[in-house]
Amino acid sequence: MKKMLMATTAAALLATNAFAAGHAKEVKLGILIGFTGPIESLTGPMAAGAELAMKEVTDSGMLLDGATVTPIRADTGCIDNGLSTSNGERLIAEGVNGLIGGDCSGVTGAILQNVAIPNGMVMISPSATSPGLTTVEDNGLFFRTAPSDAREGEVMAEVLMDRGVKSIALTYTNNDYGKGLADAIESNFKAAGGEVTIVAAHEDGKADYSAEMGALASAGGDILVVAGYLDQGGLGIINAALDTGAFDTFGLPGGMIGDSLPANVGAPLDGSYGQIAGSGGEGIEKLTAMAGDAFDATSPYTPESYDAAALFMLAMQAAGSMDPAEYAGKILDVANAPGEKIYPGELAKALELIKAGTDIDYVGASAVELIGPGESAGTYRLIEVKDGKNETIGFK
Amino acid sequence: MDLLNAFIALSNYVIVPAMAYGSQLALGALGVTLIYGILRFSNFAHGDTMSFGAMVTVLVTWLFQSWGISLGVLPTALLALPFGILGTMGLVLATDRMVYRFYRAQKAKPVILVIVSLGVTFILNGLVRFIIGPDDQNFLDGERFIVSARTFKAMTGLEEGLAIKTTQGITVVTAVIVVALLFWFLNRTRTGKSMRAYSDNEDLALLSGINPERVVMITWLIVAGLATIAGVLYGLDKSFKPFTYFQLLLPIFASAIVGGLGNPLGAIAGGFVIAFSEVTVTYAWKKVAGYVLPDSLAPDGLLQLLSTDYKLAVSFVILLIVLLIKPTGLFKGKSV
Repeated sequence: MKKMLMATTAAALLATNAFAAGHAKEVKLGILIGFTGPIESLTGPMAAGAELAMKEVTDSGMLLDGATVTPIRADTGCIDNGLSTSNGERLIAEGVNGLIGGDCSGVTGAILQNVAIPNGMVMISPSATSPGLTTVEDNGLFFRTAPSDAREGEVMAEVLMDRGVKSIALTYTNNDYGKGLADAIESNFKAAGGEVTIVAAHEDGKADYSAEMGALASAGGDILVVAGYLDQGGLGIINAALDTGAFDTFGLPGGMIGDSLPANVGAPLDGSYGQIAGSGGEGIEKLTAMAGDAFDATSPYTPESYDAAALFMLAMQAAGSMDPAEYAGKILDVANAPGEKIYPGELAKALELIKAGTDIDYVGASAVELIGPGESAGTYRLIEVKDGKNETIGFK
Repeated sequence: MDLLNAFIALSNYVIVPAMAYGSQLALGALGVTLIYGILRFSNFAHGDTMSFGAMVTVLVTWLFQSWGISLGVLPTALLALPFGILGTMGLVLATDRMVYRFYRAQKAKPVILVIVSLGVTFILNGLVRFIIGPDDQNFLDGERFIVSARTFKAMTGLEEGLAIKTTQGITVVTAVIVVALLFWFLNRTRTGKSMRAYSDNEDLALLSGINPERVVMITWLIVAGLATIAGVLYGLDKSFKPFTYFQLLLPIFASAIVGGLGNPLGAIAGGFVIAFSEVTVTYAWKKVAGYVLPDSLAPDGLLQLLSTDYKLAVSFVILLIVLLIKPTGLFKGKSV
């Protein structure tokens, strides 16, 4: 009798525990991006985008039978490997189930090597674009909703050719991102028959850029392509070029696209052009409508951030687990065809379909299509500066 | 005509920018060298004193702009400059009273004062960011160019343009005036002479009745003026961003040491040596050579001695060579 009683109590306890676990289950997603540093003007909307997706899923109550999703923000400083690694460790200690981040390519590599791989944690970066990350040894833990700069190099070369540019001078910010992008632009533009007169590095945050400008101007070229950061040396280079009259028109890759550049440079920037990862169409329109006035959904890498968060949660649902080792393999499945197309705002429907065993093809806000080792195939928004504003003139 | 084009190209990309940058460095190095000569330590807080002075000037400039006061073609910041200097004078006197005086009374070793000044650097750094934020601030108004590249080409019909920015002109002119005033003060006035006496031999100066606290105070006041002027000129010419002033510290110290620490003439020479070496050694001579040489000899390559990646290395190599061959600097300063 006594034994029987104990057995029933134990069973009841177990049952309550299981019941409670089903309801109180909490998925934590770390948002590890540069809230300070060279792209601090972009990260606010990025984090808001990711959190929007989490709120949508929590509200639906569909994930893993009613789990809530909690975001935890942490800073990378964009260029500070020490800071990013220690903040990554902190997130692991707080028990996150996935890492959205990093943002800039250098710190993303550092977080991957020092935090994600040793701890078996999955990372989806919304904005790291260095080609080096394509071939990095990642144990199947690293994905990105941003395309590689190798692709941006192709797009930029096409844009230049379409506009009849014959020769370019090229300067890049001296880090993983700048070097990778500059290499991609140079090789693609040369392959298309263009001439690259000089490739010169510049350091961010330096006192004076006249030396760089002297070399760039002497080499000459139809336009100056600046593969840098808009809040940093890229701005200094453009100002120096305009001051000396060396170049009037600039090619602006992703790191140079943002509202602060036309605002800081003013009228002389009109007519410069470039491109940034991003897509038009249904996905982004839906996200913009959902974001309302809360944040700017068209801000660079914000759609990618929403998608990164969504992919985590969909993969968890598909694996029926929030353990990185189990859901990592499902990310490519939910992101790619075949299956029913899923747009922003339809995450509840997607979770339901997955539960019912139907395949989905997550399109999301940035037309997600993961290729190779798990990176976005890449659609680019073409930008031209008109009347002191970045105007979207097409997609490629 | 080709020779003229070559000369204009060289002026536009080397001489004019290096003159302006050199003047900014020289003014900064003068402040560092005065502190070293009279208070006998390397003041690492100088970069951030510049940034503080520039910040006060920026704020006053915005106030004037909102009142509609302007100087016409000249930047309003020049009008706000005296207020910036006053603010900075208050700041340096306060730090001297609160921090440096304590260590001076202890007769602390120079190396301790250097570390103390590093602490002051970080506090000022935080203060400036706290007040105005870490971003770029634009406070330039008035006419942007004295001669712009486009008008120069139209005027002369040459292929090469020459641009001289208003701020570059102002920088050089102001630097000349300030340096002349400083030398007049140091060499001709009683106070200036007592400062030099104190710098040459502290004990002897004390014996002859020079009040050390007064000398220290006047030194700080002059340094505050120099730092603010250098900071504002730099901010007008490039842009005001607190972080870059911290970076500016390295070339400023290089200038002061190359010229000879403690020697004002050396600080000026050092500023120009560093600025010109950064720009010329990494300059690509292709364009100039293309004009000077006959077509058959025109170069295909860039004719660049060193890639611009090494521009900082250049100033430090010069620094090393000077320290090896003439440890007291180009002009006889104090050995470290």
